[in-house]
Amino acid sequence: MRNLAALVFVGGLAFLLLVIFNQFDFAQAPMVVGQGILMDAPDRVGAANIVTAVVLGYRGIDTLGEISILFAASAAAGLVLGRRRTDARRDPPGGFILRSGVALLFPLMLVVGFYIILHGHLTPGGGFQGGVILAAAFFLPLLARPETPVNHAGLSIVEGGAGAVFILTGLAALLQGGEFLQPLLDNGVLGELVSAGTLPLLYLAVGLKVGAELAGLMARLADVEVDEP
Amino acid sequence: MIWVVALIVIMMLVAAVTVLLVRNHIAAVAAASLVSLLLSVLFALLRAPDVAMTEAAVGAGLSSVILALALRRLGLGRVKDA
Amino acid sequence: MMPIEVGTVLYAGAIGLVVVGIAGIVLSHHLFRIILALVIAEAGANLLLVLSGFRWEAIAPIITGGDAVQTMVDPVPQAMVLTSIVIGVGVQALALSLTLRAYGAYKTLDIRELQRRMSADLAGEAGTPLPQSLEEPVGGRPLPAAEGDGR
Repeated sequence: MRNLAALVFVGGLAFLLLVIFNQFDFAQAPMVVGQGILMDAPDRVGAANIVTAVVLGYRGIDTLGEISILFAASAAAGLVLGRRRTDARRDPPGGFILRSGVALLFPLMLVVGFYIILHGHLTPGGGFQGGVILAAAFFLPLLARPETPVNHAGLSIVEGGAGAVFILTGLAALLQGGEFLQPLLDNGVLGELVSAGTLPLLYLAVGLKVGAELAGLMARLADVEVDEP
Repeated sequence: MIWVVALIVIMMLVAAVTVLLVRNHIAAVAAASLVSLLLSVLFALLRAPDVAMTEAAVGAGLSSVILALALRRLGLGRVKDA
Repeated sequence: MMPIEVGTVLYAGAIGLVVVGIAGIVLSHHLFRIILALVIAEAGANLLLVLSGFRWEAIAPIITGGDAVQTMVDPVPQAMVLTSIVIGVGVQALALSLTLRAYGAYKTLDIRELQRRMSADLAGEAGTPLPQSLEEPVGGRPLPAAEGDGR
Protein backbone atom coordinates (compact mmCIF):
# COMPACT_ATOMS: atom_id res chain seq x y z
CA MET A 1 0.00 0.00 0.00
CA ARG A 2 2.76 2.42 0.96
CA ASN A 3 4.71 1.43 -2.13
CA LEU A 4 1.67 2.06 -4.32
CA ALA A 5 1.27 5.56 -2.89
CA ALA A 6 4.98 6.21 -3.49
CA LEU A 7 4.72 5.01 -7.10
CA VAL A 8 1.72 7.27 -7.74
CA PHE A 9 3.70 10.18 -6.29
CA VAL A 10 6.75 9.44 -8.47
CA GLY A 11 4.59 9.09 -11.58
CA GLY A 12 2.88 12.40 -10.86
CA LEU A 13 6.25 14.07 -10.38
CA ALA A 14 7.49 12.75 -13.73
CA PHE A 15 4.30 13.98 -15.45
CA LEU A 16 4.63 17.42 -13.84
CA LEU A 17 8.28 17.81 -14.89
CA LEU A 18 7.49 16.66 -18.44
CA VAL A 19 4.65 19.18 -18.75
CA ILE A 20 6.78 22.03 -17.37
CA PHE A 21 9.76 21.36 -19.59
CA ASN A 22 7.61 20.73 -22.64
CA GLN A 23 6.86 24.45 -22.62
CA PHE A 24 10.51 25.44 -23.08
CA ASP A 25 12.10 25.30 -26.49
CA PHE A 26 15.39 23.44 -26.38
CA ALA A 27 18.46 25.54 -27.19
CA GLN A 28 16.45 28.78 -27.30
CA ALA A 29 17.66 30.29 -24.03
CA PRO A 30 16.23 33.82 -23.70
CA MET A 31 19.37 35.01 -21.86
CA VAL A 32 18.00 38.27 -20.47
CA VAL A 33 20.70 38.58 -17.81
CA GLY A 34 23.26 36.39 -19.56
CA GLN A 35 23.51 38.56 -22.67
CA GLY A 36 24.15 41.65 -20.55
CA ILE A 37 26.85 39.88 -18.55
CA LEU A 38 28.52 38.57 -21.72
CA MET A 39 28.71 42.08 -23.19
CA ASP A 40 29.77 43.71 -19.93
CA ALA A 41 32.17 41.21 -18.34
CA PRO A 42 35.34 41.42 -20.50
CA ASP A 43 35.70 45.17 -19.97
CA ARG A 44 34.48 45.48 -16.41
CA VAL A 45 35.91 42.36 -14.74
CA GLY A 46 38.67 41.45 -17.18
CA ALA A 47 38.41 37.66 -16.81
CA ALA A 48 38.57 35.56 -19.96
CA ASN A 49 36.48 32.83 -18.30
CA ILE A 50 33.08 34.44 -17.94
CA VAL A 51 31.79 31.79 -15.52
CA THR A 52 34.56 32.87 -13.14
CA ALA A 53 33.55 36.50 -13.65
CA VAL A 54 29.98 35.58 -12.65
CA VAL A 55 31.01 33.44 -9.68
CA LEU A 56 33.48 35.90 -8.12
CA GLY A 57 32.71 39.25 -9.70
CA TYR A 58 28.95 39.54 -10.13
CA ARG A 59 27.87 37.40 -7.21
CA GLY A 60 30.80 37.21 -4.81
CA ILE A 61 28.53 37.25 -1.75
CA ASP A 62 26.84 34.12 -3.04
CA THR A 63 30.24 32.41 -3.22
CA LEU A 64 31.02 33.59 0.31
CA GLY A 65 27.75 31.97 1.41
CA GLU A 66 28.71 28.81 -0.45
CA ILE A 67 32.07 28.44 1.27
CA SER A 68 30.33 29.20 4.57
CA ILE A 69 27.91 26.30 3.95
CA LEU A 70 30.83 24.03 3.09
CA PHE A 71 32.63 25.13 6.26
CA ALA A 72 29.54 24.53 8.38
CA ALA A 73 28.99 21.09 6.83
CA SER A 74 32.58 19.95 7.30
CA ALA A 75 32.74 21.35 10.86
CA ALA A 76 29.51 19.57 11.77
CA ALA A 77 30.73 16.34 10.16
CA GLY A 78 34.00 16.59 12.10
CA LEU A 79 32.04 17.11 15.32
CA VAL A 80 29.70 14.19 14.67
CA LEU A 81 32.39 11.79 13.46
CA GLY A 82 34.46 11.97 16.65
CA ARG A 83 38.17 11.82 17.38
CA ARG A 84 40.52 8.96 16.65
CA ARG A 85 41.00 6.61 19.61
CA THR A 86 44.52 6.86 20.95
CA ASP A 87 44.97 3.07 21.11
CA ALA A 88 43.37 2.42 17.71
CA ARG A 89 44.96 -0.17 15.44
CA ARG A 90 46.83 1.27 12.48
CA ASP A 91 46.01 0.05 8.98
CA PRO A 92 48.82 -2.01 7.47
CA PRO A 93 51.17 0.12 5.33
CA GLY A 94 50.65 0.03 1.58
CA GLY A 95 52.72 -2.18 -0.67
CA PHE A 96 55.65 -1.19 -2.84
CA ILE A 97 53.54 -0.25 -5.87
CA LEU A 98 51.19 1.97 -3.85
CA ARG A 99 54.08 3.76 -2.12
CA SER A 100 56.03 4.36 -5.34
CA GLY A 101 52.89 5.47 -7.15
CA VAL A 102 52.05 7.95 -4.40
CA ALA A 103 55.60 9.33 -4.40
CA LEU A 104 55.30 9.84 -8.16
CA LEU A 105 51.75 11.24 -8.18
CA PHE A 106 51.89 13.56 -5.16
CA PRO A 107 54.03 16.37 -6.68
CA LEU A 108 52.23 16.08 -10.03
CA MET A 109 48.83 16.45 -8.39
CA LEU A 110 50.03 19.45 -6.38
CA VAL A 111 51.22 21.15 -9.58
CA VAL A 112 47.98 20.36 -11.44
CA GLY A 113 45.87 21.54 -8.51
CA PHE A 114 47.65 24.88 -8.19
CA TYR A 115 47.67 25.31 -11.99
CA ILE A 116 43.90 24.85 -12.14
CA ILE A 117 43.36 27.25 -9.24
CA LEU A 118 45.64 29.99 -10.55
CA HIS A 119 44.34 29.79 -14.14
CA GLY A 120 40.71 29.85 -13.01
CA HIS A 121 40.10 33.25 -14.62
CA LEU A 122 41.60 32.18 -17.98
CA THR A 123 40.71 28.54 -18.62
CA PRO A 124 38.03 26.16 -17.31
CA GLY A 125 38.66 25.40 -13.68
CA GLY A 126 39.14 27.42 -10.55
CA GLY A 127 39.19 27.25 -6.80
CA PHE A 128 36.64 24.49 -6.29
CA GLN A 129 38.02 22.04 -8.86
CA GLY A 130 41.66 22.73 -7.94
CA GLY A 131 40.84 22.55 -4.24
CA VAL A 132 39.36 19.08 -4.67
CA ILE A 133 42.49 17.94 -6.52
CA LEU A 134 44.68 19.33 -3.70
CA ALA A 135 42.56 17.47 -1.13
CA ALA A 136 42.97 14.25 -3.11
CA ALA A 137 46.74 14.85 -3.32
CA PHE A 138 46.99 15.18 0.47
CA PHE A 139 44.83 12.10 0.99
CA LEU A 140 47.15 9.88 -1.08
CA PRO A 141 50.04 9.73 1.46
CA LEU A 142 47.49 8.64 4.08
CA LEU A 143 46.68 5.62 1.91
CA ALA A 144 50.32 4.65 1.44
CA ARG A 145 51.53 5.34 4.99
CA PRO A 146 48.61 5.12 7.44
CA GLU A 147 51.00 5.49 10.40
CA THR A 148 51.76 9.16 9.65
CA PRO A 149 49.61 11.38 11.91
CA VAL A 150 47.26 13.90 10.29
CA ASN A 151 47.95 17.49 11.29
CA HIS A 152 44.37 18.67 11.88
CA ALA A 153 45.53 21.86 13.61
CA GLY A 154 47.58 22.87 10.56
CA LEU A 155 44.63 22.18 8.27
CA SER A 156 42.40 24.36 10.45
CA ILE A 157 44.93 27.20 10.30
CA VAL A 158 45.11 27.03 6.48
CA GLU A 159 41.32 26.91 6.28
CA GLY A 160 40.74 29.82 8.65
CA GLY A 161 43.48 31.92 7.06
CA ALA A 162 42.09 31.41 3.57
CA GLY A 163 38.58 32.32 4.73
CA ALA A 164 39.94 35.44 6.44
CA VAL A 165 41.76 36.47 3.24
CA PHE A 166 38.51 36.13 1.26
CA ILE A 167 36.56 38.32 3.69
CA LEU A 168 39.39 40.88 4.10
CA THR A 169 39.55 41.30 0.32
CA GLY A 170 35.84 42.06 0.38
CA LEU A 171 36.26 44.53 3.24
CA ALA A 172 39.16 46.27 1.45
CA ALA A 173 36.78 47.09 -1.41
CA LEU A 174 34.38 48.54 1.16
CA LEU A 175 37.18 50.73 2.57
CA GLN A 176 37.97 52.10 -0.89
CA GLY A 177 34.40 53.26 -1.29
CA GLY A 178 33.12 50.37 -3.41
CA GLU A 179 30.67 47.57 -2.68
CA PHE A 180 31.52 44.50 -0.59
CA LEU A 181 33.66 42.04 -2.62
CA GLN A 182 33.85 44.39 -5.61
CA PRO A 183 36.96 43.42 -7.65
CA LEU A 184 39.88 45.73 -6.91
CA LEU A 185 43.16 46.54 -8.65
CA ASP A 186 43.71 47.02 -12.36
CA ASN A 187 42.06 44.68 -14.84
CA GLY A 188 45.30 44.27 -16.80
CA VAL A 189 45.43 42.71 -20.25
CA LEU A 190 42.65 40.23 -21.02
CA GLY A 191 44.04 36.70 -21.08
CA GLU A 192 47.27 37.22 -19.13
CA LEU A 193 48.02 35.38 -15.89
CA VAL A 194 48.20 38.55 -13.79
CA SER A 195 44.93 40.17 -14.80
CA ALA A 196 41.33 40.50 -13.65
CA GLY A 197 42.27 42.38 -10.47
CA THR A 198 41.68 40.45 -7.23
CA LEU A 199 39.89 37.49 -8.84
CA PRO A 200 42.95 35.14 -8.83
CA LEU A 201 43.59 36.00 -5.16
CA LEU A 202 39.99 35.22 -4.24
CA TYR A 203 40.10 31.93 -6.14
CA LEU A 204 43.39 30.99 -4.44
CA ALA A 205 41.73 31.59 -1.06
CA VAL A 206 38.72 29.48 -2.11
CA GLY A 207 40.98 26.69 -3.39
CA LEU A 208 43.07 26.47 -0.20
CA LYS A 209 39.95 26.58 1.97
CA VAL A 210 38.13 23.87 0.02
CA GLY A 211 41.27 21.70 -0.14
CA ALA A 212 41.96 21.95 3.60
CA GLU A 213 38.33 21.28 4.54
CA LEU A 214 37.90 18.25 2.33
CA ALA A 215 41.31 16.76 3.21
CA GLY A 216 40.44 17.03 6.91
CA LEU A 217 37.04 15.48 6.28
CA MET A 218 38.50 12.50 4.39
CA ALA A 219 41.14 11.96 7.08
CA ARG A 220 38.42 11.86 9.75
CA LEU A 221 36.27 9.46 7.73
CA ALA A 222 39.26 7.15 7.23
CA ASP A 223 39.56 6.52 10.98
CA VAL A 224 37.59 3.42 11.78
CA GLU A 225 38.00 3.23 15.56
CA VAL A 226 36.89 6.45 17.21
CA ASP A 227 35.78 7.87 20.53
CA GLU A 228 32.24 8.99 19.91
CA PRO A 229 31.56 12.32 21.62
CA MET B 1 25.70 13.96 -32.18
CA ILE B 2 22.29 12.40 -31.57
CA TRP B 3 23.71 8.88 -31.33
CA VAL B 4 26.47 9.88 -28.93
CA VAL B 5 24.02 11.76 -26.72
CA ALA B 6 21.45 8.97 -26.81
CA LEU B 7 24.08 6.36 -25.92
CA ILE B 8 25.36 8.42 -22.98
CA VAL B 9 21.84 9.12 -21.69
CA ILE B 10 20.85 5.46 -21.89
CA MET B 11 24.01 4.36 -20.08
CA MET B 12 23.41 7.00 -17.44
CA LEU B 13 19.84 5.88 -16.79
CA VAL B 14 20.86 2.21 -16.67
CA ALA B 15 23.61 3.05 -14.15
CA ALA B 16 21.13 5.08 -12.07
CA VAL B 17 18.69 2.15 -11.91
CA THR B 18 21.61 -0.15 -11.08
CA VAL B 19 22.47 2.02 -8.07
CA LEU B 20 19.03 1.34 -6.61
CA LEU B 21 18.76 -2.34 -7.47
CA VAL B 22 22.21 -3.91 -7.02
CA ARG B 23 22.69 -5.69 -3.70
CA ASN B 24 26.40 -5.04 -3.20
CA HIS B 25 26.99 -1.60 -1.67
CA ILE B 26 30.43 -1.06 -3.22
CA ALA B 27 28.92 -1.80 -6.64
CA ALA B 28 26.21 0.78 -5.96
CA VAL B 29 28.86 3.40 -5.15
CA ALA B 30 30.73 2.53 -8.36
CA ALA B 31 27.51 2.88 -10.39
CA ALA B 32 26.80 6.29 -8.81
CA SER B 33 30.32 7.33 -9.76
CA LEU B 34 29.65 6.16 -13.33
CA VAL B 35 26.52 8.36 -13.47
CA SER B 36 28.62 11.37 -12.47
CA LEU B 37 31.33 10.56 -15.00
CA LEU B 38 28.87 10.22 -17.90
CA LEU B 39 27.15 13.40 -16.77
CA SER B 40 30.45 15.27 -16.95
CA VAL B 41 30.87 14.08 -20.56
CA LEU B 42 27.39 15.45 -21.30
CA PHE B 43 28.32 18.79 -19.69
CA ALA B 44 31.41 18.98 -21.89
CA LEU B 45 29.22 18.35 -24.98
CA LEU B 46 26.83 21.07 -23.79
CA ARG B 47 29.63 23.69 -23.83
CA ALA B 48 29.99 23.86 -20.06
CA PRO B 49 33.65 22.93 -19.45
CA ASP B 50 33.75 24.48 -15.98
CA VAL B 51 30.80 22.43 -14.82
CA ALA B 52 32.17 19.31 -16.51
CA MET B 53 35.44 19.67 -14.63
CA THR B 54 33.68 20.20 -11.31
CA GLU B 55 31.40 17.22 -11.85
CA ALA B 56 34.35 14.98 -12.77
CA ALA B 57 36.48 16.08 -9.81
CA VAL B 58 33.75 16.34 -7.17
CA GLY B 59 31.01 13.98 -8.29
CA ALA B 60 33.02 11.15 -9.80
CA GLY B 61 36.14 11.48 -7.64
CA LEU B 62 35.73 12.94 -4.19
CA SER B 63 32.13 11.92 -3.59
CA SER B 64 32.86 8.27 -4.34
CA VAL B 65 35.86 8.31 -2.03
CA ILE B 66 33.75 9.75 0.80
CA LEU B 67 31.01 7.16 0.21
CA ALA B 68 33.51 4.29 0.10
CA LEU B 69 35.22 5.47 3.31
CA ALA B 70 31.84 5.68 5.03
CA LEU B 71 31.05 2.14 3.86
CA ARG B 72 34.33 0.91 5.30
CA ARG B 73 33.44 2.47 8.63
CA LEU B 74 29.99 0.89 8.52
CA GLY B 75 31.61 -2.48 7.94
CA LEU B 76 29.74 -2.97 4.66
CA GLY B 77 32.77 -2.37 2.42
CA ARG B 78 33.49 -5.96 1.44
CA VAL B 79 33.75 -6.45 -2.32
CA LYS B 80 32.43 -10.00 -2.16
CA ASP B 81 28.72 -10.32 -1.39
CA ALA B 82 27.75 -7.47 0.91
CA MET C 1 8.06 9.11 -38.76
CA MET C 2 9.44 12.13 -36.97
CA PRO C 3 13.14 11.89 -36.09
CA ILE C 4 13.97 12.13 -32.41
CA GLU C 5 15.64 15.41 -31.51
CA VAL C 6 18.68 15.83 -29.31
CA GLY C 7 16.79 18.13 -26.95
CA THR C 8 14.11 15.52 -26.31
CA VAL C 9 16.71 12.89 -25.47
CA LEU C 10 18.55 15.22 -23.11
CA TYR C 11 15.41 16.39 -21.31
CA ALA C 12 14.24 12.78 -21.03
CA GLY C 13 17.60 11.82 -19.51
CA ALA C 14 17.56 14.67 -17.00
CA ILE C 15 13.95 14.09 -15.92
CA GLY C 16 14.64 10.35 -15.82
CA LEU C 17 17.54 10.89 -13.43
CA VAL C 18 15.43 13.10 -11.14
CA VAL C 19 12.57 10.59 -11.16
CA VAL C 20 14.83 7.58 -10.51
CA GLY C 21 16.50 9.48 -7.66
CA ILE C 22 13.22 10.54 -6.05
CA ALA C 23 11.82 7.02 -6.46
CA GLY C 24 14.89 5.66 -4.69
CA ILE C 25 14.48 8.14 -1.82
CA VAL C 26 10.80 7.25 -1.39
CA LEU C 27 10.97 3.51 -1.93
CA SER C 28 14.16 2.25 -0.33
CA HIS C 29 14.44 1.35 3.33
CA HIS C 30 18.22 1.48 3.67
CA LEU C 31 19.73 4.80 4.80
CA PHE C 32 22.88 4.43 2.69
CA ARG C 33 20.82 3.68 -0.43
CA ILE C 34 18.72 6.79 0.26
CA ILE C 35 21.87 8.95 0.27
CA LEU C 36 22.95 7.43 -3.07
CA ALA C 37 19.49 8.15 -4.51
CA LEU C 38 19.81 11.75 -3.32
CA VAL C 39 23.11 12.05 -5.24
CA ILE C 40 21.39 10.83 -8.42
CA ALA C 41 18.42 13.20 -8.09
CA GLU C 42 20.87 16.04 -7.60
CA ALA C 43 22.75 15.10 -10.77
CA GLY C 44 19.50 15.18 -12.76
CA ALA C 45 18.58 18.61 -11.40
CA ASN C 46 22.03 19.94 -12.34
CA LEU C 47 21.61 18.63 -15.89
CA LEU C 48 18.21 20.35 -16.17
CA LEU C 49 19.76 23.67 -15.12
CA VAL C 50 22.63 23.42 -17.61
CA LEU C 51 20.18 22.47 -20.39
CA SER C 52 18.19 25.64 -19.73
CA GLY C 53 21.17 27.79 -20.76
CA PHE C 54 22.23 25.86 -23.89
CA ARG C 55 22.05 27.33 -27.39
CA TRP C 56 22.90 25.85 -30.78
CA GLU C 57 25.95 27.22 -32.61
CA ALA C 58 27.19 28.81 -29.41
CA ILE C 59 30.62 28.31 -27.86
CA ALA C 60 31.71 27.84 -24.25
CA PRO C 61 31.72 31.10 -22.28
CA ILE C 62 35.50 31.54 -22.39
CA ILE C 63 37.13 34.24 -24.48
CA THR C 64 39.95 32.87 -26.65
CA GLY C 65 41.22 35.35 -29.18
CA GLY C 66 38.69 37.34 -31.17
CA ASP C 67 35.44 35.38 -30.80
CA ALA C 68 32.26 37.37 -30.92
CA VAL C 69 30.80 37.46 -27.43
CA GLN C 70 27.22 37.22 -28.73
CA THR C 71 27.56 33.55 -29.69
CA MET C 72 28.22 32.09 -26.25
CA VAL C 73 25.98 29.93 -24.09
CA ASP C 74 24.39 31.48 -21.00
CA PRO C 75 27.02 31.65 -18.21
CA VAL C 76 24.55 32.29 -15.36
CA PRO C 77 23.08 28.75 -15.03
CA GLN C 78 26.60 27.31 -15.32
CA ALA C 79 27.82 29.40 -12.38
CA MET C 80 24.77 28.30 -10.40
CA VAL C 81 25.39 24.61 -11.14
CA LEU C 82 29.03 25.04 -10.05
CA THR C 83 27.75 26.23 -6.68
CA SER C 84 25.15 23.47 -6.52
CA ILE C 85 27.63 20.64 -7.12
CA VAL C 86 30.00 21.80 -4.40
CA ILE C 87 27.21 22.33 -1.86
CA GLY C 88 25.87 18.91 -2.80
CA VAL C 89 29.04 17.18 -1.68
CA GLY C 90 28.97 19.10 1.61
CA VAL C 91 25.40 17.99 2.28
CA GLN C 92 26.33 14.43 1.35
CA ALA C 93 29.27 14.38 3.80
CA LEU C 94 27.05 15.68 6.60
CA ALA C 95 24.33 13.12 5.82
CA LEU C 96 26.89 10.32 5.82
CA SER C 97 28.34 11.32 9.19
CA LEU C 98 24.84 11.45 10.71
CA THR C 99 24.19 8.00 9.22
CA LEU C 100 27.39 6.73 10.85
CA ARG C 101 26.23 8.06 14.23
CA ALA C 102 22.82 6.47 13.83
CA TYR C 103 24.49 3.15 13.01
CA GLY C 104 26.78 3.52 16.01
CA ALA C 105 23.79 4.06 18.30
CA TYR C 106 21.32 1.47 16.95
CA LYS C 107 23.46 -0.96 14.87
CA THR C 108 20.94 -0.93 12.02
CA LEU C 109 20.38 1.17 8.89
CA ASP C 110 16.81 0.07 8.11
CA ILE C 111 14.68 3.19 8.46
CA ARG C 112 11.58 1.33 9.71
CA GLU C 113 13.60 -0.36 12.45
CA LEU C 114 15.40 2.92 13.25
CA GLN C 115 12.14 4.82 13.48
CA ARG C 116 10.53 2.21 15.73
CA ARG C 117 13.46 2.14 18.13
CA MET C 118 13.95 5.90 18.12
CA SER C 119 10.31 6.61 18.95
CA ALA C 120 10.45 3.91 21.63
CA ASP C 121 13.53 5.60 23.13
CA LEU C 122 11.94 9.03 22.94
CA ALA C 123 8.73 7.81 24.55
CA GLY C 124 10.77 6.05 27.25
CA GLU C 125 12.71 9.23 28.02
CA ALA C 126 9.59 11.36 28.13
CA GLY C 127 7.54 8.80 30.04
CA THR C 128 4.69 8.90 27.53
CA PRO C 129 3.00 5.99 25.74
CA LEU C 130 4.14 5.14 22.22
CA PRO C 131 2.47 7.22 19.53
CA GLN C 132 -0.21 5.19 17.79
CA SER C 133 -2.53 5.84 14.89
CA LEU C 134 -6.16 6.38 15.81
CA GLU C 135 -7.41 5.15 12.44
CA GLU C 136 -7.95 1.46 11.89
CA PRO C 137 -5.64 -0.12 9.29
CA VAL C 138 -7.15 -0.77 5.87
CA GLY C 139 -8.26 -4.25 4.91
CA GLY C 140 -9.66 -5.15 8.32
CA ARG C 141 -6.30 -6.02 9.83
CA PRO C 142 -6.27 -5.91 13.64
CA LEU C 143 -4.69 -3.04 15.50
CA PRO C 144 -1.26 -4.02 16.87
CA ALA C 145 -1.26 -4.40 20.63
CA ALA C 146 0.32 -1.38 22.28
CA GLU C 147 3.93 -2.25 23.06
CA GLY C 148 4.90 -2.12 26.70
CA ASP C 149 1.44 -3.19 27.83
CA GLY C 150 2.11 -6.82 26.98
CA ARG C 151 4.59 -7.38 29.85
